[in-house]
Amino acid sequence: MTPDPQADFLPEELLISTVADMLDGLGHVAIGASSPIPGGAALLARARNGGNLRVSMLGSEDHNAFTNGGTELFDCAAQGRIDAFFLGGGQIDGAANINLVGIGDYPQTKVRFPGSFGSAYLYFLVPRVILFREEHTPRVLVPKVDFISAPGTSEPDVYRPGGPYALVTGRCVFAFDKDRKRFRLSSIHPGHAIEEVREMTGFDFDLPDTVGETPAPAPETLALIRGRVADEIAETYPAFAARVFGDNADAA
Amino acid sequence: MSATLDDIDALASRIPDGVKVALPPDYSGCAMAAVRALIKRGARDLHLIGVPSVGFQGDMLIGAGCVATVETAAVTIGEYGAAPRFTAAIKAGTVRMIDGTCPAIHAGLQAAEKGIPFMPVRGIVGSDLLEQRDDWMVGSDPFGGEDGPLVLVKAITPDVTLIHAPLADRHGNAWIGVRREMMVMAHAAKTTLVTFDKLYDGDLLADAEMAAGTIPALYLGALAEAANGAWPVGLFGAYPADDDHLRRYMEMARTDEGFQSYLDAYVLDRKAAE
Repeated sequence: MTPDPQADFLPEELLISTVADMLDGLGHVAIGASSPIPGGAALLARARNGGNLRVSMLGSEDHNAFTNGGTELFDCAAQGRIDAFFLGGGQIDGAANINLVGIGDYPQTKVRFPGSFGSAYLYFLVPRVILFREEHTPRVLVPKVDFISAPGTSEPDVYRPGGPYALVTGRCVFAFDKDRKRFRLSSIHPGHAIEEVREMTGFDFDLPDTVGETPAPAPETLALIRGRVADEIAETYPAFAARVFGDNADAA
Repeated sequence: MSATLDDIDALASRIPDGVKVALPPDYSGCAMAAVRALIKRGARDLHLIGVPSVGFQGDMLIGAGCVATVETAAVTIGEYGAAPRFTAAIKAGTVRMIDGTCPAIHAGLQAAEKGIPFMPVRGIVGSDLLEQRDDWMVGSDPFGGEDGPLVLVKAITPDVTLIHAPLADRHGNAWIGVRREMMVMAHAAKTTLVTFDKLYDGDLLADAEMAAGTIPALYLGALAEAANGAWPVGLFGAYPADDDHLRRYMEMARTDEGFQSYLDAYVLDRKAAE
């Protein structure tokens, strides 16, 4: 965990690489609204797996094979045809409940988020839901969310083949322990420290005896991210691609 | 039977105050020219249904005071940030929010298109959304299946679906290609109003390739030609969003005064928009 301000990769590139590692070997990954880094990760995993991973990206014309309108993603998920999906949250708590609605008393919340999207459904049905939120602060990672858009776990009588798999932030990776209904710190990104993670996390989590560093992207991974992935993600997320890959994409 | 072809203001005047209007998200077919016409005519008390989310259309209509209720899974303008007029209206308590989740909105419309009162949906149990909705109920499999509770979503029947299509023909058929959520929206609504970029010379239903992506005239109340009618949000397969303009909108819509200046420049005086 040596802080490395001279790292030759960007934080976004580390996150794309880290999330992509969670997708290797899967058959079908779907990406919802406002998710450039998860989208990039899915495109990277597809590029690395010889195109054998199916990627369905909301808002994309090039990387979306659905032909039955907005409902098809949800129908596919209920049938078990989607292996992984991503959710975020204005607030995420230690039991993996997520809040995409707002902070304060509903409905006239002090802070209003866009809304729950498909979370209240996909969180139940997609086996590997990766929670992704770059901002890792006590205002995001809270002891208890103000509004449960989608619960992290359910009573045994609820049909729930899906649920949280991991939480990836700008500082670290947590794994979710379904039995304990808690997160466990899994790795810390280069340049960050355990004390910092503890201080910036508003909920309790399990801490193993040793916690490794999130692996830096390998050179061939970085080349793929800056080349093919940068090009492909720009179709759906032009502003993100310009901001992150503006220079690197040209050099690749 | 020939189609009712309106100009854009006549089309907008077919949406009375107080009705339920279904709108698609920014990546689908947004009738932005009609939205501007609605603002111009001073529409009031609309109940917007975002299918399943709504973007700039919703933000502009809310900002212009046209909206009483927003029923949607999200109000989102994607990469541009938080929808400024929506956020301000929630803070001020000037719009009523009916928060939903995408598949429940699709399911409600599917119930309406089938003419049945409700549709069961997976998930949702344990979400705080459920407590807010008197049009959702928890039920179970009447056939005795034991895989847990199901949420029963009441049918959603919009008074009007308002969409923009790349093509329409003189018979009143509209081509939406692969964006089939607009098909469900048209099936579910009492009537559907369509703006379109280009008149198709021929019968869209006579060509099997086009017919597969065509909403038949039987669902459509009226159509209006509006070249570039999805501007500034862009239209699938046709033209991208006008990024510079949307950034200008975000800049101006941060304040009430700025938003009013935006309306003055681009909505109320239509020459400025060209």
